[in-house]
Amino acid sequence: MTVAADLRRTSLYERHRDAGAKLVPFAGFEMPVSYAGVREEHASVREDAGVFDVSHMGEVETTGPGAADLLQRVLSNDVSKIDVGGAQYSCLCRDDGGILDDLFTYRLADERYLTVTNASNRDTDFDWLVEHASGFDAEVRDVGDDYAMLAVQGPDARGLVSGLADGELPARMRVAELDVAGVAALVCGTGYTGEDGVELLLAADAAPAVWDALLAGGAAPAGLGARDTLRLEVCFHLYGNDMDAERNPIEAGLGWCCKEDTGFVGSEAIARAREAGPPERLVPFVVADRGIPRQGNPVMRGDELVGEVTSGTQSPSMGIGIGMGYVRSELAEPGTEIEIDVRGKRRAARVESKPLYRKDD
Amino acid sequence: MADEAYPDELRYHPEHDWVRIEGDTGTFGITWYAQDALGEIVFYEPPAVGTEIKKDDPYTEVESVKAVSDVYAPMSGEVTEVNEAVAESPETINSDSYGDGWLVKVRLADASEADGLMSAEEYRKLLEESD
Repeated sequence: MTVAADLRRTSLYERHRDAGAKLVPFAGFEMPVSYAGVREEHASVREDAGVFDVSHMGEVETTGPGAADLLQRVLSNDVSKIDVGGAQYSCLCRDDGGILDDLFTYRLADERYLTVTNASNRDTDFDWLVEHASGFDAEVRDVGDDYAMLAVQGPDARGLVSGLADGELPARMRVAELDVAGVAALVCGTGYTGEDGVELLLAADAAPAVWDALLAGGAAPAGLGARDTLRLEVCFHLYGNDMDAERNPIEAGLGWCCKEDTGFVGSEAIARAREAGPPERLVPFVVADRGIPRQGNPVMRGDELVGEVTSGTQSPSMGIGIGMGYVRSELAEPGTEIEIDVRGKRRAARVESKPLYRKDD
Repeated sequence: MADEAYPDELRYHPEHDWVRIEGDTGTFGITWYAQDALGEIVFYEPPAVGTEIKKDDPYTEVESVKAVSDVYAPMSGEVTEVNEAVAESPETINSDSYGDGWLVKVRLADASEADGLMSAEEYRKLLEESD
């Protein structure tokens, strides 16, 4: 298999190659999709600890006296609620409410915020912030090249990182500046797997040493394949699959992170969508018997097309086909019977509530 | 997962399928290379017994967690037996692609079709060239 020469590599590329990873092009980067195998890596994260290289994610720093006001203007959540050391999830929306990205923002100091973007939206988000910055006393910088990012996730992840850190780890949805394996890092109590754990933002050239220390401490290297199955089991959205600029946060089930009274870009359209109720909603579902739903599969009721699958896979934890997709709002109720047309074969499925996977099941 | 191998007694199709010919019966499966490229196979639904399949056409699919892949018929004929055990445990295709991981048995329509297939040596060469 050949990979285009102009792909970028993270500072951990040699580690991935030496570990025998399967590397694939993703958002302009050559990224590991799996090492030992998706199911084994998935299980490591559910049961022990896994580490993901997510250095392809973008980082934008917003600083200055007007930083909070600028972010409040463009982000859907109430940015004034983030205290120093806090973290918050939000959407970045167009004026018509269409979702440009979903992102985490960390408040590092009074007038200093770091926003982590999806890899594929890094440039769009940065340009959008710069474009909206006029009139605000704030500076916006693309600092994506400064940072490597490691996600350490799983029931043993905190214990492992704690043993390498020079201070107490931040709680969930908090951020702290610590040394981890002797390297200065922003330690974030966030993740994308449904497990406890942390995400580490650190200097790109220092990342291999931290990666080695995490592996030596027992973390299994995990790739984008397991990252996708883990997030889908707990119904975390994947930008580009489960929402895009043609969907608003209400239909995407992200109304909880939209605080329209802050007056952010898109808030009027979103308030209208919330009031009217959207014609379609994103729902999680499980396949009743055999079959694996895939992105783009039609959702049917009898002869009627009622929706489309946006993410689908075989759940490694549950051993059944699972997915998310948009269906007509009247079919969004958990328990509703639907059918997925998987390349011409009808597969009976059922709308479920979030998350599809629960720890205690 | 088994080590890379391409047994000499099989014939190979360029879409990474093998056939074991015994009299007028052919046993079909996918090669070590194919299962390695796919990764862990998590789903295989066999075609129905009695299905007519045609050389060079897809006759079934195998799925990994990430992807769906067509499986091509190395020869034409009628499906006489399917491997239900593999449908239950598709990871067998990864662990034993030439043995317990076989997919279907076919009553071959035209034994001479085998002449157009590759030997193990020719198939290995194809893999080297496509690398």
